[in-house]
Amino acid sequence: MELMAYFLGSEGARMIVGLIGVIALVSVNALFLIWMERKVSAHMQLRPGPMEVGWHGTIQTVADAVKLMGKELITPEEVDKPIYWLAPVVIFLPVLLSFLVIPFSETWIIKDLNVGIILILGFSTLAVLAILMAGWSSNNKYAVFGAIRSVAQNVAYEIPLLITVMSVILMVGSFKLSDIVAAQSRYWFVAVQPLAFTLYIICATAETNRAPFDLPEAESELVAGFHTEYSGMRFALFFLAEYTNMFIVSAIATVLFLGGWRGPFLPGVIWFLLKVYAIIFLIMWFRWTFPRVRFDQLVTFAWKILIPLAFVNLLITALVLKIR
Amino acid sequence: MMSYCKEIAVGFWSLLAGMAVTIRYFVKPIVTVQYPREKLQMSPNYRGYPQFVINPETKTHKCIACEMCARMCPSQLITVEGTKFPGEKQKRATRYLHEHQYCSLCGLCVEVCPTNALEFSTDYRLAGYRREDCVLDHLVLLQKRQQALNLAVTPIPTAAEIEAAIAAEAAAKAAKEEEAKAKAKAAAEAKKAAEAQEAPAKEEKE
Repeated sequence: MELMAYFLGSEGARMIVGLIGVIALVSVNALFLIWMERKVSAHMQLRPGPMEVGWHGTIQTVADAVKLMGKELITPEEVDKPIYWLAPVVIFLPVLLSFLVIPFSETWIIKDLNVGIILILGFSTLAVLAILMAGWSSNNKYAVFGAIRSVAQNVAYEIPLLITVMSVILMVGSFKLSDIVAAQSRYWFVAVQPLAFTLYIICATAETNRAPFDLPEAESELVAGFHTEYSGMRFALFFLAEYTNMFIVSAIATVLFLGGWRGPFLPGVIWFLLKVYAIIFLIMWFRWTFPRVRFDQLVTFAWKILIPLAFVNLLITALVLKIR
Repeated sequence: MMSYCKEIAVGFWSLLAGMAVTIRYFVKPIVTVQYPREKLQMSPNYRGYPQFVINPETKTHKCIACEMCARMCPSQLITVEGTKFPGEKQKRATRYLHEHQYCSLCGLCVEVCPTNALEFSTDYRLAGYRREDCVLDHLVLLQKRQQALNLAVTPIPTAAEIEAAIAAEAAAKAAKEEEAKAKAKAAAEAKKAAEAQEAPAKEEKE
């Protein structure tokens, strides 16, 4: 442990160890989440889900990943090649960078930037660019439709998301994630901001293109949406980014509303991961409960309900803070 | 404004109600049967392929090879051969083939059987590697079931045994005919003798 501290003391070593840890976490997390999603969906439909590979199908996703790696990377004739090749990288890099500031425990944080939350939200918005690149360069009508929907949806849902985050920031007075966790030493913010929490979870579901807001990849209408033309590991990168995005939005929700790594008895990291996976379970629960919304319903919901409610919440927060 | 708030409240409540339904299903026990490892008990009313009924008295089949089933079958897929063995009152099936790949499971063979020798089996594992695997030999199937139930196995007569039985039957028939002829001859002679006796009486009357 002392040897670790000796190395981690230097900023460069800390970054390298952190990045290796993050890449490991991203891959293991994606493998676990895909298995978890299949199990959750199966049990909600009274099925057992994957059972054959490993204990209760635990290494089924490893087998799937190996299969994906063995597949040919097909580049269709008419695609815009540079953008087509760049899109999977562009969607994956910001996802990695977002882990830079997430506090897994008091000490397990790669770099505690004072603009932490802004950095994460800024990078997560880059995913839209990657989706647009993938959809446009694929030269496929379904891919373009998926990309267009994704952009419209993300623009609409980014606004209430940012406003709800803002109401928490107002209470803390800092963008630093460790400060936000420290501010929740007495009570979790979900107790005083239940509306903001609800709105955040809804917006996060929409931001990660998850059902019931999965219009960009609505398989019954658009084949696979923006990644229709991708195969092999390129497709796997989109998949990986989707599941890692889920982890990131859940991690932010944990930090903002559920007291981060705070909790009795267990070490901070365990508490943090428990809360994150509880929120991911909630998002999966949404997917297997609600049918996909129509596009007009999607936009109406964001502009007519989420944004006004988020503004009301922000105003009330500001008023209460001012009076107190 | 009121209706807007009410709409949000009602909508939110309906979302929660929907989630309550799915979480109830989430904790319910699963209903899938892990097939190769677990198997369902089939209902006795299951209509599988026809098979021989095991007679509870004789512990064997009741087929008398009348070929009613073979005649009735709309797909003409039943082949029945039977022989009368010496010392038995009725014919008995020596071969019963059911080409199940053509069978529509109409059940007319089971309906028409005069001795109720056929019933539907509850077997559902009918996959085979070749077309010939679908041809069911009822006598062989009967033997397998008898073995499973620890009963005496009904032997399938060999070709030699069948020929011997046919020969014995033919001999018996011939002997019977001979006997009948002899009887007829004796009767005819007796009649002649009677007529001869009656003739002088008639003459007397005249």
